[in-house]
Amino acid sequence: MPAVENTVLICAGGACISAGEKSVKQVFEDSLRKYSLENVVRVVETGCMGACDLGPILVIYPEGVFYQKVTPESASQIVEEHILKGRIVDDLLYKGDAGELKTKPQEELPFFTEQVKIATRNLGVIDPLSIEEYVARDGYFALHKVLFEMSPEDVIETLKKSELKGRGGAGFPTWMKWDFTKKAKGDVKYVICNADEGDPGAFMDRAVLEGDPHTIVEAMTIAAYTVGAQNGFVYVRAEYPLAIERLTLAMEKAREYGFLGENILGTDFSFDLEIRIGAGAFVCGEETALINSIEGKRGIPRVKPPFPANKGLWQKPTLLNNVETYANIPPIIINGGEWFSQYGVEGSRGTKVFALAGNVKNTGLVEVPMGITVRKLIYEIGGGIPGGKKLKAIQTGGPSGGCIPVEHIDTPITYDTLKQLGTIVGSGGMIVMDEDSCMVDVAKYFLEFTVEESCGQCTPCRDGTRRMLEVLEKITDGEGTMEDLELLKDLGENIMSTSLCGLGQTAPQPVLSTMRYFWHEYEAHVLDKTCPAKKCKPLMRVVIDKEKCVGCTACARVCPVDAISGSVRKPHEIDPEICTRCGSCLQVCRFGAIRKVSP
Amino acid sequence: MSVDIIRDTVTRIYEDINSQSLEKGDVLINTLHAIQDHYGNFIPIEAAEVLKDLTGTPLSRIYEVLTFYTMFSTSERGKYVIRICKSLPCHVTGGQEVIDALKKRLEIGMGETTDDGLFTLEETSCLGLCGVSPVMMINDEAYGNLTAGRVNEIIDDLVSRERGE
Repeated sequence: MPAVENTVLICAGGACISAGEKSVKQVFEDSLRKYSLENVVRVVETGCMGACDLGPILVIYPEGVFYQKVTPESASQIVEEHILKGRIVDDLLYKGDAGELKTKPQEELPFFTEQVKIATRNLGVIDPLSIEEYVARDGYFALHKVLFEMSPEDVIETLKKSELKGRGGAGFPTWMKWDFTKKAKGDVKYVICNADEGDPGAFMDRAVLEGDPHTIVEAMTIAAYTVGAQNGFVYVRAEYPLAIERLTLAMEKAREYGFLGENILGTDFSFDLEIRIGAGAFVCGEETALINSIEGKRGIPRVKPPFPANKGLWQKPTLLNNVETYANIPPIIINGGEWFSQYGVEGSRGTKVFALAGNVKNTGLVEVPMGITVRKLIYEIGGGIPGGKKLKAIQTGGPSGGCIPVEHIDTPITYDTLKQLGTIVGSGGMIVMDEDSCMVDVAKYFLEFTVEESCGQCTPCRDGTRRMLEVLEKITDGEGTMEDLELLKDLGENIMSTSLCGLGQTAPQPVLSTMRYFWHEYEAHVLDKTCPAKKCKPLMRVVIDKEKCVGCTACARVCPVDAISGSVRKPHEIDPEICTRCGSCLQVCRFGAIRKVSP
Repeated sequence: MSVDIIRDTVTRIYEDINSQSLEKGDVLINTLHAIQDHYGNFIPIEAAEVLKDLTGTPLSRIYEVLTFYTMFSTSERGKYVIRICKSLPCHVTGGQEVIDALKKRLEIGMGETTDDGLFTLEETSCLGLCGVSPVMMINDEAYGNLTAGRVNEIIDDLVSRERGE
């Protein structure tokens, strides 16, 4: 058998797949066969490499040449040029700001070099379906160490030293949850993994489940040994079919290898796992709603206390952690608690995975030590704002969080500092917004989400958020009054203090936070009836500049409602009565003659 | 559909799932998913009757679950269910234009099905593919970096695939 000369890693994270990875891989392998190279080139599909905007990504080893935005056509070009002739295909390389070619951006760009990968250590490095590759990266060593060298108390002590806090949003010390569940009375106990990642703009849990499913199996088995559980459940949202598929295969392999099931690693400890699938309800990310959903009921939250540690699934003591929290456990066990707590700052130890999305150049996942400044995260790692636009604000914590306005971007990201700014770290989603975003519109957007997702159980959340949305709609329609703004604040504070669960208690946050920092925008909508960002359709118009228009008719042809009139080579005009403000004409005008105005 | 026609099928699906479960019973949601997959994107309402007989769960509780979760539908949906993300990361990167293009191309509104029974258009919360927003899913497949043009291409592809069969 010929020796393998090249290993090719293709990113098969969810984002790259949706950008066309499957056909790239197909063409790449077909081309290899065409030149009888299939035995000397090994193709591996890995988990998410993080740089979603560069996908589909293909990296060729041993050189480590990084090809970006690969299409099926360029995949065969890579085989013919790079693999066959040893010539690098320049067109597909990453280009720096000055247009310079970078063959190995993964060794140069801050996006890659500033990261400290703990929870995401295996993403983009191994084949998620191969248990051997996971083991080769110290996989299941932590489980072995726990079963043969550590008592449950030792595990909890290690977690305590690590100062790991829950990465799902609430930021509760992980060791305390484990300790409460361990000390809870009862023979039957459960461990649950919350993989119902629903915060808009957060996608690290998806990446871990798809790219390194064994780490969840291993961490949950360690958790079960520590708290004394026999069975565990992973609650995955149905929107993540690939995660469900890969996790199922990982569980099967783990059972086959004796890492899961009866008599794990030959000991008398037994534990097994099952996947339960959500069905499209955001509220199920709340731990007690999730438990109800596993029990086959409507996903409505329960009153706390009792907490799940004492009365959880089927009223038995239950440990619940989210995906990213679990993914940190095996490395902490192997390297010790102090190793983890060396990263980060007082009160916020270790690393955190952030998801960069929205108007930022490098979208994707990054894992960095906590305490990093927002500026460094957005500008150095995220590459700044595309299109020469200005940063306006960053929304963190999804519909439960608030925004960080541009004047606070030198704030270090910790649980405490973000709380002082009126927002939360949450699950780590960072939605970057440029000057074109209207903050009233953003607040309205989140409220629409909450109204839709409120489970309907308690009145403040069910009716209160709907009233808030109505007021916001009035404002963005240009019919708001200053009293409406007071009403919004009032309603918001009431809902926060009287709702049953975390969803309601935090739902008004996006509104209150944008009111705090962008009061002038609310005032502009109410007093001047203008939308400064020219986003709210009732408050803006699209107009053609007669001086610049050459009468090319491109706009008139693209207008879906025939609102544009004018003869060829003569300036055109938009009828504001017919125009729907869709902006299609703006995109096709090559002369910069069309712009939005408000009012 | 009458209860008798679907009884055997629903029973088989339920027993299959229940036998593989670590904890017997309480597998209602996974069962409903499997029934929905079996009938092609919808759950015949009569399945609730069968499940009541099989599990002893009151009918009211089964209906409750059926109607609470947005992914379950008791009315027939198109062969391709298009779920377009309406979350903020997709919104700030041009999601509304994509939604408008889809509605225009398919000539239906949200929650509606095309006359030929091929497409149903639905909204979904975040799909976790924000790095390539705007995003949509068609059945189990995700599509990213959408523009009005790309949406039309994707629909055209599916339509011609259907005509080819």
